[in-house]
Amino acid sequence: MIDDISRIGADAPARIAAATSVEELRAVEADLLGKKGELTSLKKGMGALDPEGRKVAGAALNEARESIETALATRRTELEAVERAATVASERLDLTELVDLPERGSLHLVTQTWDRLVDVFIGMGFTVAEGPEVETDWYNFEALNIPAAHPARGMWDTLYVDLGDPETVLLRTHTSPVQIRVMTDGEPPIYAVMPGRVYRRDTADASHMPVFHQIEGLVVDRNISFADLAGTLEAFTSAYFGGSIHSRLRPSYFPFTEPSAEYDINCVFCEGNGCRTCGQTGWLELGGCGMVHPTVLTNVGLDPEEWSGFAFGFGLDRLALMRHGVDDIREMYTGDVRFLEQFPS
Amino acid sequence: MKVLLSWLQEFAPFPSDDPVALGDVMSDLGMAVESIERIGEGLDGIVTAKVLELRKHPDADKIQLVDVDLGDGEALQICCGATNLTVGDIVPLATLGTTMPDGMEIARRKMRGEWSNGMLCSGRELALGEDHSGIYILDPSLSLGTPIVEALGITPDVLFDLEINPNRPDAMSVAGVARDLAARLGLPFAIPTPVVDEVAGDAASIASVNIIDPDLCGLFHVRVIEGINVEPSPRWIADRLTALGMRPINNVVDASNYVMLELGQPNHTYDLAKVANGALRVRWARDGETITTLDGIERTLTAGRDGVIADAADSPIGIAGVMGGASTEISETTSTVLLECAWWQPMAIARSSKFMGLRSEASARFERGVDPEIVDLAARRLAELLAPSGARLVSGAVTVDGDLPVTPAIRVRTQRVNQLLGTAISTDDIVSLLTPIGFSCAPSDEADVLAVSVPTFRPDTTTETDVIEEIARHFGYSRIVGRAPTSAHTGSLTPLQRDRRIIRQILVGLGVHEAMPLPFLAPGDLARCGLPAEAVTVTNPLAAEESILRTSLRPGLLRAIAYNESHRIDSAALFEIGKAFGVPSEGNTLPDEREHLAVALAGSDATAVAKIWTVLAQTLGLHEVVIDQSTPPAGLHPGRSGVLMSGGVTIGEIGEIDPGVLDALGLRERVAWLQLDLGAALAVPHGEHRYHHISRYPSSDLDLAFEVGDSVTAATIANAIREAAGPLLVNLSLFDVFRGQPVPDGRRSLAYRLRLQSLDRTLTEQDLSGVQNAVVSALAAVGAPLRG
Repeated sequence: MIDDISRIGADAPARIAAATSVEELRAVEADLLGKKGELTSLKKGMGALDPEGRKVAGAALNEARESIETALATRRTELEAVERAATVASERLDLTELVDLPERGSLHLVTQTWDRLVDVFIGMGFTVAEGPEVETDWYNFEALNIPAAHPARGMWDTLYVDLGDPETVLLRTHTSPVQIRVMTDGEPPIYAVMPGRVYRRDTADASHMPVFHQIEGLVVDRNISFADLAGTLEAFTSAYFGGSIHSRLRPSYFPFTEPSAEYDINCVFCEGNGCRTCGQTGWLELGGCGMVHPTVLTNVGLDPEEWSGFAFGFGLDRLALMRHGVDDIREMYTGDVRFLEQFPS
Repeated sequence: MKVLLSWLQEFAPFPSDDPVALGDVMSDLGMAVESIERIGEGLDGIVTAKVLELRKHPDADKIQLVDVDLGDGEALQICCGATNLTVGDIVPLATLGTTMPDGMEIARRKMRGEWSNGMLCSGRELALGEDHSGIYILDPSLSLGTPIVEALGITPDVLFDLEINPNRPDAMSVAGVARDLAARLGLPFAIPTPVVDEVAGDAASIASVNIIDPDLCGLFHVRVIEGINVEPSPRWIADRLTALGMRPINNVVDASNYVMLELGQPNHTYDLAKVANGALRVRWARDGETITTLDGIERTLTAGRDGVIADAADSPIGIAGVMGGASTEISETTSTVLLECAWWQPMAIARSSKFMGLRSEASARFERGVDPEIVDLAARRLAELLAPSGARLVSGAVTVDGDLPVTPAIRVRTQRVNQLLGTAISTDDIVSLLTPIGFSCAPSDEADVLAVSVPTFRPDTTTETDVIEEIARHFGYSRIVGRAPTSAHTGSLTPLQRDRRIIRQILVGLGVHEAMPLPFLAPGDLARCGLPAEAVTVTNPLAAEESILRTSLRPGLLRAIAYNESHRIDSAALFEIGKAFGVPSEGNTLPDEREHLAVALAGSDATAVAKIWTVLAQTLGLHEVVIDQSTPPAGLHPGRSGVLMSGGVTIGEIGEIDPGVLDALGLRERVAWLQLDLGAALAVPHGEHRYHHISRYPSSDLDLAFEVGDSVTAATIANAIREAAGPLLVNLSLFDVFRGQPVPDGRRSLAYRLRLQSLDRTLTEQDLSGVQNAVVSALAAVGAPLRG
């Protein structure tokens, strides 16, 4: 019996090595160690041996089994690696061979710009207010210190709607009526920005639309000064346009602010060196701003001696066009997918 | 407002060396420089030349060969496209090497095989005007080879084009701009006193004025100038008017315009011979009165809006502050002029010129408010300008007062100035900022409070804040140091604004593009889209396509789909979030303005948009919204659409556009459609995603297929399953729908997978069969038998 065990033990490595697949190896394993395998049948014959012989044969059997199992495990690992390598090789995919890509949509450029602007202002402690697009004369003009006969009405080409008395209900010409609503409905301190859609009686061309978008800001608190306005706009300018872009204020006139100013920034294309876009001036006119006019504060029931504030506003569409080099504003409003999909984010 | 540097220098010693720096100061004072033009620059190298011979170009019909002489007797060949030349003309020639005012360099070049040794110039090429119809023909007496600057007597100058704000009536004149600029630069400013030799006489015996309506006219000042010879103006006057954009006409009209531009006082000259008795009456117009104005147009006047100057017979001979009448116009035969310098009520002139559609240089100044104290100076200046032609100012004047506004001194508190500006300007500094621009500051009873008197040329300044703006302007906005905002306030989006961002991001992730159609519609657009025609209309649209406010986002998005289809972009997937405007509800003035979300998927059926809706509703936590297909919305496919209901209220519509609407709009592909009233949908509590414990015990799946009649919705079946299965059901999904044999017509097989799981134990066979039996018998009861 010892001889048989030795012979099986000696043959086993060659038989194991001869297996060329996990499948074949499994057959070898069954032949050697399985229920009807060679070592197993030898083990069954041990009952016929004397105790001493049984002990010797048992030790030999265990030794043979252990070495066979080790050899099997080693070979199995080898064969599995080979087979996995073959499988992996056969599963090769060309990752540029793409059929039926998932559709991806896009946010409108106005929305993207809107969100970016709003995010900067939220970071500066502003809330975001909105209001109706169809407004009364009071909110759009009267409360903003622009009475009916005021020559400054000519600054806005207004679209009226057929509601109420003639020329009393209109499509808001700026987002300023939201300022009046915020001040009327709430109480200072007010730190709010008002993005929104506005309307002008204007024929569409490459740089004008009868419908476009603005964002305005309003701060009303105690001891708010022109210096706060300048500092806020400077902080916004570098946060939105980048640290190398600065702002400047120039005297201007608006009925609803005094002192009033034009808000310019360093040209974002040439960083102030002068180029075609800025007409060699190094500056881009962005919008208007100023200290809230005392009459406006009085109109919303605030005492100008107790409260002061500033307001600013600028067009949103132009920022969108500038950022992406779009040269015709009308492109943004046709809904042409070939345009929209160019700006996924 | 345009100003010439040389003209400004008549009022203060402004430096000539750096016009750009001077322009920057004007901009910083709020007189924004829109352009700077250097007159007489870039004309070096352009000289006079004489046309010797004109020949046809052998190979070009539109080019002539011109031989010119520069004074050396040599014939120099030039190719020229103009046809206004004759032999002997003296013309400007840009010689080789010249850089033209527009930057073009003149070089010797061949044109269709013929040499051109320079360029003959038009007026526009010389930057001397807009004329480009031919070569600028010069005075025949000029000697050849003379530099053009010398030949034309051009004085180098700088022309600034300024944007003047409505609150700066003073800056509507050269003198006013000079005053502001001199103040900032610390230069002495003075308006020269006109030197006029008056002739004896008495204007009051020649002319008379009667102000009938003092609320129209604050001041009416009349002078008489005799010895008028109507002739062309001296060159320097004509050149200045041309530079500032006015056409020279004759010495009288030009002097009138010159004074207006220089001093800001519009004025009018009447031919005294045509004004009966020299009598003028100033009053409001009467309805239906007519007058033919200087431009030859007969105009009908309106009471309460227009003012007139009438003659002794009370017939209008001029529209107050807007334009004079033709009947008393200056002509070649005029010998004596009656000169009017008046102050008109600004609002009256604004109204009159606006409604008459007649804006003049005069009305632009009167409506901002002119200086009532300058009338005498203006009249004398005009007489001074006309004196070289022999005109003489008659002694005496007729001055009649109406109602002039009086601005009392304004209290200006230094503390308030600094509080509003964020500065630390002293009271003394305020005085030195305001004094040079004509404000006089007197101390008041209180310390650091000034009594500021406003000059008559600043009628816009009536309040303390107005004065503070002037202080800021002359202190310099750029010197006000910005104060960085403090972060004591917290900013955030509102819940609606956050939801909007979520909606947009989901739709973008699902492959939908955001579009922004205009909210305007043309008549018929709503009906074509199957919607009620009732809508708010625009009173004054520029085009019929913009005359109606949309009540739905449907027409706009479908138009965008059609636009894409017509450009071979099939299956466009678009969404929009925007306002729709319903007619006002009872008792409201403003429209019923609602924010809607709409999704339009070309080339997709209703289930595509229903899937998108399901994702949206689940993400937003809108669990209570159901689709009700029992009454399909107008304009949507009757078999494939429904309304979205939340708590019994309709909040939207979903499905497909009606094929009839698609036809009406010429759309080829079917269009899946969703529209949601965002305000209504998001008004109900939503977005609450509560945590459900995840069981540690194994789950078991039951796959069950039911045969369901087509009239019963899958949602009904799913609800019945959920109800019957009870709390062990943790997930239910529809995984197969099958129509056809052996399922009878009018019915389909719906196969569901029920995942069952308990939080506290492993499920037994009895649990599973219990659920299965309950579900099967519940569904059998609603006519949906289990399929075998």
